[in-house]
Parts: sequence; C-alpha cells; structure tokens
Amino acid sequence: MTDQAEERRLRVFLVDDHAMFRAGVRAELGVHVDVVGEASSVTEAVSRIAALEPDVVLLDVHMPEGGGRAVLDAMRRTHPQVRFLALSVSDAAEDVIGLIRAGARGYVTKTISPDELAAAIRRVAEGDAVFSPRLAGFVLDAFAARPDAPVADPELDQLTNREREVLRLLARGYAYKEIAKELFISIKTVETHVSNVLRKLQMSNRYELSRWAADRRLV
Amino acid sequence: MVAGVASGIARHLGIPPVRVRIAFVVLLPLSGLGLLLYAAFWAVLPLQVRTAAAPPRRNFMHLLPFIAIGLGLLLVQTLAFGFGALGVTGLAGWLVAIIAVGAGIIWHESDPERRRQWSETLPRVPWLGAVVDESDRRAFLLRFIGGGVLVSVGIIGVVAVYSPAENFGAVINGIIFALVGLAGVAVVAGPVLWRTYNQLRTEREGRIREMERAELAAMVHDQVLHTLALIQRNAADVKAVQRLARGQERSLRNWLYKPIASPTERFAAALEQAAAEVEDTYAITVETVVVGDRETDERVGALVAAAREALVNAARHAKVQTVSLYAEVEPDQLSVFVRDRGAGFDPSTVEDHRHGVRGSIIGRMQRHGGRAKIISEPGDGTEVRLFLPTSRESVSTGKDGS
Repeated sequence: MTDQAEERRLRVFLVDDHAMFRAGVRAELGVHVDVVGEASSVTEAVSRIAALEPDVVLLDVHMPEGGGRAVLDAMRRTHPQVRFLALSVSDAAEDVIGLIRAGARGYVTKTISPDELAAAIRRVAEGDAVFSPRLAGFVLDAFAARPDAPVADPELDQLTNREREVLRLLARGYAYKEIAKELFISIKTVETHVSNVLRKLQMSNRYELSRWAADRRLV
Repeated sequence: MVAGVASGIARHLGIPPVRVRIAFVVLLPLSGLGLLLYAAFWAVLPLQVRTAAAPPRRNFMHLLPFIAIGLGLLLVQTLAFGFGALGVTGLAGWLVAIIAVGAGIIWHESDPERRRQWSETLPRVPWLGAVVDESDRRAFLLRFIGGGVLVSVGIIGVVAVYSPAENFGAVINGIIFALVGLAGVAVVAGPVLWRTYNQLRTEREGRIREMERAELAAMVHDQVLHTLALIQRNAADVKAVQRLARGQERSLRNWLYKPIASPTERFAAALEQAAAEVEDTYAITVETVVVGDRETDERVGALVAAAREALVNAARHAKVQTVSLYAEVEPDQLSVFVRDRGAGFDPSTVEDHRHGVRGSIIGRMQRHGGRAKIISEPGDGTEVRLFLPTSRESVSTGKDGS
C-alpha cells in the first residue's frame, strides 16, 4: 500500500470545528497525504471543498449548523467525485448510520491510529468502503435475520452469508488482509463485499435503518 | 395630528397618513363619527407602535381591537340613522365611545411588555424597580377596574337609551349593542388571557430546562471536573492519565447514548462491564462490539467470566494498547472473540506456565457445555474464541459431551 501512496499523493481536506484536532490530524497525516485545506464550519467547508476539489474529505459528524450531514447534503450532487470519510468521537448508531446513508463512504472514530487513518483514506479514495469494527457490528445488528420482519427487497434488505462473514471478521478487529487469508479470498474480493454492504446500507429501507435515521430526523 | 393616531393607523395599514386624516375629517360631520373613531383609536392603539422593536407577532393583535370597535361604532351609526333620532344616535355613539375608551385603558395597562420595560429602565436600583413594579401593579388593577366600569356603564347606557322606546326593534338593537360591547371586551381580554397562558407555559418549560441543566451540571461537576483535576495531578504518569481519560470517556458515553441495562440481567451489559473493568485495571482500550442481546443466566455468566479472563490475559501479556472484543448472539449459540495484535505465544507451551488459560477459559467453557479455542502465533497476536450453545438440544449434547 505504501508504494501506491508514492505514486500520487492524495489531496485531503479536513472539516472539524476543533482547531486542535485539525492541527493534530494535519501533523499526523502530513507524511502520508497532502492536506490541501481545512474548514471549521459547514459554510466554509462547502465553499472551500467546491473550490479545491480534494480527493477525500475527512468530515466531523458533530458541528454547529447541521454537522457533517449538512456538508454531505450540499456537496454530494454537485461534486460526486469527492469522497467523504466520516470521523467522529461518537459511536452512537444513529450518527454512524445517518452519515453513511447521507453518502459518506466510511466511518472511523477519532481514536484511530494515524497509519490506520491513512490506510482508510486511501481505501475511500479508491472507491472502497471503510467500516470501523463498531460500524460492522451495527450493520450486523440492523440486518439481523428476524423472522417477523418483512423483507421488501431481498437484494437490498438482506446480507449474503459471505458479507456477513466479512462483517463479523471486521467487527472482530481483523484487517482486510487477515480477512482475505481467513476466508481464502483475495483482498479485492473483501473490498467488493464491503462496498456491497455499504450500498445496501445506503439504499435499503429496512425498519432498523429508518428507525436510526428517524432518531436523528434524517428521513 | 394630536396623538399620532392617524400616522399610527397608517403605518399599520401601509398607506399614507394623509389619507387616514382625510377619512377622519370626512367622517366628522356624520354626527361626530370621525371624532368618536379618533378617540376610540387613541384609546385602543398601543403605545408600543412608536417603539422601534415591537415584537412582530403582536401586530395582528393590535389590529383586531380597533377594527372591531370601529365596526361597532359604524354599526351603531348606521342602525341609529335608520331610526332617524339624531339625538339618540349621538348619545349612543358617545356611550359606545366610552366603552371603547374603557376597553382601551384595559388594553394599555395590561400590556406586560410595558411593565417589563419600566422595570428594565431601572437596573441599578432594583428596590426602586420593585416599588415601581408594585405601584404599577396597583395602578394597573385600579385602571383595569376603572376600564371595566366604563365599559359596563357604556353598555348599560346604550341599553337604557334604547329600551324606553316602545319599538320592539329598539330593544333588540339595545341587546345587539350590548353584545357588540361584550364582543369588544372579549377581543380586548382575549389576547391578555392568551398572553398570560403563554407566559405560564414558558415559565413551566423554563423550569424543566433548568432541572435538566442542573442534572447535567451535577454530572459534569461530579465526574468530568473531578477527572480533569486528577489528570492534572497525574500529568507525569502517562498510564494513569490514559486510564482516567478512558474511564471518563466511557462513563460520558454511557450517559449520552446508552439506555441503562443491568449487567446482572443482560449479556451485552455484562460484557461491557467486564471490558470496562479490564480497561480500568490495566489502562488499555477494549474495542467492544456486541451484536444482539439476551438475558444472562449462570452459563452466560460463565461465558462472560471466561471472556473477562481472556481480556485480562491480553492486557497483561500482549503488550498492546488495544484489544478487540466481539460478541454475537446467534439463534442457537453465543460467540465471543477476544483478539489482540500483540506478542502472541506458542500454544503448545501454554500448559507449562499459564494455568489461567487452561482453568479459567478452556475448563470453564467445557464445564458449562461450551468450547474455547485459542489461536496464537508468536509475534502475530492472539485470538480467543468462545462458543456457548443456547438452544435446548445443543445444550444437552454439550453437557453429555463434557
């Protein structure tokens, strides 16, 4: 993965209302990627992201004026090539699910190590998804096979057994490489599975998902 | 012109004041209707219109009373002209004007905004403010009663003027006027009652907010400030600071996001508590993910104890900051995975020096009909996998097997 980074340094934009956190991330990521800009508010973020067109935006979930969700809503239609990775101290299900459904391609907590964060940014930039162990757990919970829950669209509302296995290993703290080894599949296949889960998470109308979204008035 | 009534109305209606003044002058010959209207509007038109920052929602309320009273006056005039008795008409008109003035006094004096303004103009001398407030309240009461008396006199007068006439229609007219007067009072009193109701509601909401704030303040004081003080005192000890911060983080998280579940009753809560204890004791981070939940019993308790032992082993021997704990409630079994990326060990040598693994994890799981598997390689981390069957058949076979 490091030689990929050498080929072309990714352009990353930070959105967080805590200046200290931005400074910390900028310092940690400086060796891996180009931090091309930062913003501390929703309006500032929207205008500067539109001007700079970075590869990946690291997006804080909780900010004044609507938080990361507001930035996503403003940018997603006009700048579909910009990828968003949500970054938050919160592990609450409704925050995680809400941001993903608004269009973020991944979610990591702020306690993530710099190397892992750089790897997550690279993965998101390549169009794949990034799930923290906890997000994987939420998804397993939300898509749990419940006999009483009606399934409107099996393609979107259910996970395949393989996807379930991949998510379980993610929740157990396995890296993609380790998952590939454990399941005797390629890393690319693992990435495909996770991306498919992300798509289901964004498109499915399962009750649990809409409930979480409704808790945050995201419907 | 005199009291700024015309310009006030003009501002409300959004037309040039000259037109309003011309309307007053035109209405003047009609047995003094213009003058009556002017007096009535002077009484009713709020003084606040002149202050720049009048709350916008009140404009609507302002408009209502004087439209109603103006209509009432016009009604009096037209009906009275129909009977041709000019003297009676004039008298009735003036009586209605008295009603309007009385109502206007009530309207003016019951305006809470003005009273608040008065007390706010004396911030340096609160005792004077209190005196003003007190006397103001008394004056307010007096004027309210006075206004009420005026209104009553006016209504009674109107009825008295008309009732002696033998004409039955006149009596009905009298009643109509009385109703008009009452309607005027209702229009005037309605907003006051509504405001009072709103004030009470706002006050109650404020009290609830205050209670919530007090609860939050107590939590912040007892926990967060305490932890911050401890962190400052232990600034040199990285491990202690980490432990304190992590413990505080967990407790805030629980406070913010989690419904309170008892660790003695629920599987997920029990696991989370075990993880928290290990975090506190060994100053590491346990990434806990639990999918699904169920009640605990003795066997589930044993599973939690085995998981705790695995966490303790990871904390003590793996030499890493983070351990992953994943548990899932499946239809027919509970599974728990404890994984670290630490030092690892050779499982073939475990029997020699680690009795904890054998007794507390493998042995405990087997005694309760479950199984444990430990996967480790030196330098490649360790994973402890625990499985506990929960459906009846698998439980009995598990027990037979042990």
